[in-house]
This record gives sequence, structure tokens and C-alpha cells, in this order.
Amino acid sequence: MTTPHASGASTPNTGARPQSTISFKDRAHDRLNDAKVQRAMRNFNLAGARARGVLDLENLEDIRTSAAAIRDRSLGMLDVWLERFEREATRRGVTVHWAESHDDINRITVEIAKANGVKKVIKSKSMVSEESHLNAAIEAAGMKVVETDLGEYIVQLAGETPSHIIAPAIHKTRDDVADLFHEHHKTPRTNDPAALTMEARKFLREHFLSADMGITGGNFLIAETGSLVLVTNEGNGRMTTTMPRIHVAITGIEKVLGTMEDLSCILRLLTRSATGQSISNYITVNTGPKQAGDSDGPEQMHVIIVDAGRARLLGTDMQEALRCIRCGACMNHCPVYQNIGGHAYGWVYPGPIGSVLTPNYIGLEKALDLPHAATLCNQCGVVCPVKIPLPELMRKLREKQTERGLRPWQERAGLRLWSWLAQRPSLYGLATRVAARLGKSAGGAERTIHRLPGKGWTEGRDMPAPQGRTFRELYAERNRK
Amino acid sequence: MFLKVGLFVTCLVDLMRPRIGFAALKLLESAGCEVVVPEAQTCCGQPGYNSGDRPAAQALALKVLREFDDCDYVVSPSGSCGGMIRAHYAELLAELPQHADAARRLAAKTYELTDFLVNVARLEDVPGRFPGTITYHDSCSGLRELGVKTQPRALLAKVPGLELKEMATPEYCCGFGGTFSVKYGEISSRIAERKCEDITTTGADAVVLGDLGCMLNIEGRLRRRGDSRTRVYHVAEVLAGVEDTDGNR
Repeated sequence: MTTPHASGASTPNTGARPQSTISFKDRAHDRLNDAKVQRAMRNFNLAGARARGVLDLENLEDIRTSAAAIRDRSLGMLDVWLERFEREATRRGVTVHWAESHDDINRITVEIAKANGVKKVIKSKSMVSEESHLNAAIEAAGMKVVETDLGEYIVQLAGETPSHIIAPAIHKTRDDVADLFHEHHKTPRTNDPAALTMEARKFLREHFLSADMGITGGNFLIAETGSLVLVTNEGNGRMTTTMPRIHVAITGIEKVLGTMEDLSCILRLLTRSATGQSISNYITVNTGPKQAGDSDGPEQMHVIIVDAGRARLLGTDMQEALRCIRCGACMNHCPVYQNIGGHAYGWVYPGPIGSVLTPNYIGLEKALDLPHAATLCNQCGVVCPVKIPLPELMRKLREKQTERGLRPWQERAGLRLWSWLAQRPSLYGLATRVAARLGKSAGGAERTIHRLPGKGWTEGRDMPAPQGRTFRELYAERNRK
Repeated sequence: MFLKVGLFVTCLVDLMRPRIGFAALKLLESAGCEVVVPEAQTCCGQPGYNSGDRPAAQALALKVLREFDDCDYVVSPSGSCGGMIRAHYAELLAELPQHADAARRLAAKTYELTDFLVNVARLEDVPGRFPGTITYHDSCSGLRELGVKTQPRALLAKVPGLELKEMATPEYCCGFGGTFSVKYGEISSRIAERKCEDITTTGADAVVLGDLGCMLNIEGRLRRRGDSRTRVYHVAEVLAGVEDTDGNR
């Protein structure tokens, strides 16, 4: 914490990791009992913004169908599009790198920085770099790294990781930000959002002017032109790609689109699904570094195209997850996410898409809770701009867990017993008649059960008591009369 | 018109609220249907299916297939169980090709109760009356798998005395989610709490819905938060007449 305005840069990223011994349930419990997080999550309503934002699209469902088809077409010939992208981008002066693993992302980035004598790195938003803990790798190599997306900057100052893919500091209240800025900027404390934003702008400006390298993500790669597309709102993305000498973009192999035509369709849905905007403040199409005659732009442009678990989903029953265009609509509409926030999910991507991607990217056995941490209400599925059947994919992951013997034996035994009993109607009838009577008596005069074994149900709810006799016995009795 | 309708009561109605099964029976009969109730019926297999235990679910799906094969229609007072049969049986039985036709046939003739009453049986008059205001909770499976939205409201509009006051987010999940409600009870209860706040804000005398899971969850949360006033009814009870039922809780 030596230099006040850059102190966040020296704070290591300590986000929750899936390898941590704390379970999803415990993390969720902590967030459910954190008054500040709860206050922030109550104010969170990007779902409402999306609902208003899609009103001007009369043929929303047709566009979703087209967008899904465009993504499927990209994924169906991914090798072809990626090679085309590499050829076109290289022709325009871009250096294309292929990162097979998370380690590769960090190694390649640090190599580029070292080869060019980089001292300070500024970053625009990149979730892929969160996968590889790139900031920690850059710092370990002796360089400073500063996040410039306002939400990311806040999260970096707090020493945390993003809790949402497009609104990284959504779990923070205005007062949290006031405290952070006061502590790190050594400025008088204010909780006025406009003043806080101006303060961030002032401190970030120095970083924009002094950085040697800018790192961005990449919303899309366009194969036919070799372009990198960035969809942003704050303008920091353009500063990051134009101010420093070197621009490094990091994105997944699945983000390639064939043509600009494809992009125009997808963009109509991306911004509306994300924030309800008909278009974001900045849509930047970066095609090569600064050319002769250009007034600005970086001297070098690098694109790191990342596999890190993605390619193995191709051609499997999980491929649809790769359609994702990272709008965040699934988490914005998820009743679970809305209550617990993103950190409870334990890895980079929270919400329904995270519950599908995390086990696929880091291993089924490392994220056992996630595919089960959903009510399968399918609100995510109906708002997904590229029609990823998220509940279906979560259910398939549940099946894979069972097939690989990863579920607790009590759960397995319970389901088997239930199925066994339900296939034996006489025995089942006897068991339910007994249960109905026991339940009724447990409910007493109030007809309400306050405590059940296992606590799962009754820690936050009562259980209305059963009527006392089963339908099947009453129906049989009626027919005898 | 004598449609032969098989009533799939569902395991939760059988165990917890038989009066809802009888209310459904009464409604189907008043719509002129010949109702059969296969007496050996138990469960549609959804707990196994959603928990990742396909074989456990398949065994029960095959049982349902056998029991309802000779009905013209299968009707269930549940969007969740109806949705399981209609939207998921074909996928569930995909690796058993000898049952594929039967699964498709069953799916095509399976309806959620209010959907059937409005769109197939075209029920004109409902037997029930309800003096008071209600708010309607759209259960997730019924709404998003079967398109049940206007049907219960159209039927409720025929109930003398009943006034509908919509909540701000009737389509918001109540947090039940089957085994989710027990595995992640704390999260489930929190989601239910938001639902209950929305219900209470309407000031309605009762919340009406079409699924037992949501019913137990919402009623359980309402009582735990100290609300003993707001009644919770299945739509079949209100349409058939709540005075018929035992205790009204």
C-alpha cells in the first residue's frame, strides 16, 4: 500500500476457489446472513432492465432462434472459423497465440510483457483472465496491474473477485465503495455515486496515461475480417486498446463468429439481454494494430485464443453451453443467484451458466453442488438469448454425477428406495397410509408441523400437515359404497 | 361428449391433500368426462429424473405408461407432474426404443388440469364460489413447460364472488424445486420469503396455485413468518368449491 492510488494493484486476488474446503452451502449461508450483501442483492434488478429492453423487438423469439443457429454454426465448424480468423488477423498485423491451458494464458501474457519491458499493465474486463488468475501471475512477474472497469476496479481494491460477469461489484453497496475509495485513495469519504465515479475517473486516468500494456477480453472474434469485438459501456475498453503501446486480448475459442452479419444479429440480443440497452455505449471492432496513417492505436496487437477445457465439450451433450455470449441474463433472472450472489458459486462464472461451465471446465467432482443448486424453474432458459437449455444441461450433469458414483450414498439409497416402493402399489399404499396418519398427528390442532428430521425443510418453513388419509384409500372406499 | 380421461392424482396429492384429487374429479365429471382413476398409480418418476437417477425414473415412467395407455387423455392437477410426462418422458425413455411410441402417445394426450378444462373439455360453468380476493401463483413447470397462464385465470373468472389481484411477480419461482427444497433448505426458504412478501403485499385473502410442491412451500413459509390469515388453495379446490373441502387449510 505504498502509492495511494495504485494500492489495489498490489492486493492479491483472493476469490473463493472450488478447491477450497468451504462448501457451496456454507458460502451461500454466509451470503444469506451478510446484511450488506443482502441489501445489495435486493437492489439488483437487471431482469427488469432486460424486460423493458426487449420490448422494441417484435420478433424477439425469431431473433433468439437465429442467434442460436448462428452460434451453432460457429461451433459446428470451429476449426475452420478459427483458422480463418488467424489468417485474416495475421494478415493485418496481429500476433495470434493459442493457449491450451490456463497456465499458457499467464505464460504467454508475461512473455509478451517481459519482451517489451512492460512495467504497468491496465486491464479492461476479462473473465477468461479470471479463470487463470492472470493478475496474480503478472504481479508475481514484478509488474503492476490495474483493473479499469469501474466494477472490476472496486473488486480489485477490495481484494476480491467479480461476483457477476458484467456487474462485477454488484454485491457491494454504495457505502462499501465509499469506504474502499476513502481507504485506498486517501480522499475525504463521500458516498455520492457521481462523486465516487469522478474520483475513480481521476485516479484511473493516471494509469491509462502511464501503462505500457493493455489487456482486454474479447466478446467476439470475427473470422472473415480478423477483428476483435469489444462491447463496453464505460469507455475504459477503448482507452485500454489505444493508449498503451501493446494490446493483448484474451478470449475463448468459442467466441468466434463467421461474419459481421452474424455479429449484427447477436449484438441486438447481447446488450438488451444484459442491461436492457438497445446498444451499449461502445461497440469497438479492433482490426489490427496501428497502421501507417492512423492517428492512434497500439504498436502491437496480440490475441490469445484459449481452450482451457472448452474444446472437449464440442460434439458432446454439453456443446450447447458453448453458445454462451456472456450477457448474464441467466443469473439476473435466477432466484438462487438473486438471493446468494455470485461468490457462493465458488469459481469464475456464477449463476446457471456457471453451474454448467464450472463442472465442465474444472471437473465434475470439483463442483458437486452446482448442478443441484437450482430449482430448475427455467427462467434462465426462457431468457437466454441463444437458447441454451440450462436446466436440461444441469440435469444431465446430475446424471453424470450419479453415473460416476459422486452422489452421497444416502441420497442414492433414498431415491432407490422411493422408486422401489413406488413400483409396489400395495406396499406403497400401506407406507403412505401410515405416513399420512403420522403426519396428521404430528401437525396437531394447528395442522402444521414445525420440525421434521433432517431440518432441510423446517429450518426456514413449517410443513402443512397431511389431511390424514390418502387419496387412494378414500377413492377405493368411495367406490365400495 | 364422453371423453375417457385418466386422472393422474400425483403422489403429493395422494399423501398430503386428497381433497384436491376429489376436486379435480368433480371438475372433470362436471365437464362431461368419463374419469378413470387407475388405482395402482403412484409417482411419475420426477424425483429420480431431476436428481440424476435415470433408471429409478425410467421404472416409474414405464409404470405410468402401462396404467394410462388406454385413456383418451391423461389429466393431472399439477403442472410439474403433467410437465414431466408431456415434456420429459420421451427424453427419459430415449434409450428404450421399444417404448418410444408409447411415450410420445402419452405425452401428446397428457394435460395439466386447467389447460384440459379450458382447451379440451371447454368447461362452461364451474361449481365453486368464493367470496373474497385471491392472487394467483404461476408454477414454473406449468407456465414454462406447458404454457399454463391464462387457463386458470379464465376459469377463476367464472367463480362467483372471486376477485383476482395479481402480485408484482406471479411468475417468480417460489423456491420449491423438488429435492432442492430439502438439500438447500436455507436458500429455498429465502426464495419462498420473497414470494410470500409479494403475496402479502396484494392483501389477498388467499393465494391460489396449481402445484402441490409450491403449495406446501408457500403455505409453510407463510405460517413460519407468522401469517395465519392468508389461505392457500389449489385452483381445483376453488373451482370445485372450497366449502366441500375439509378444514380449508
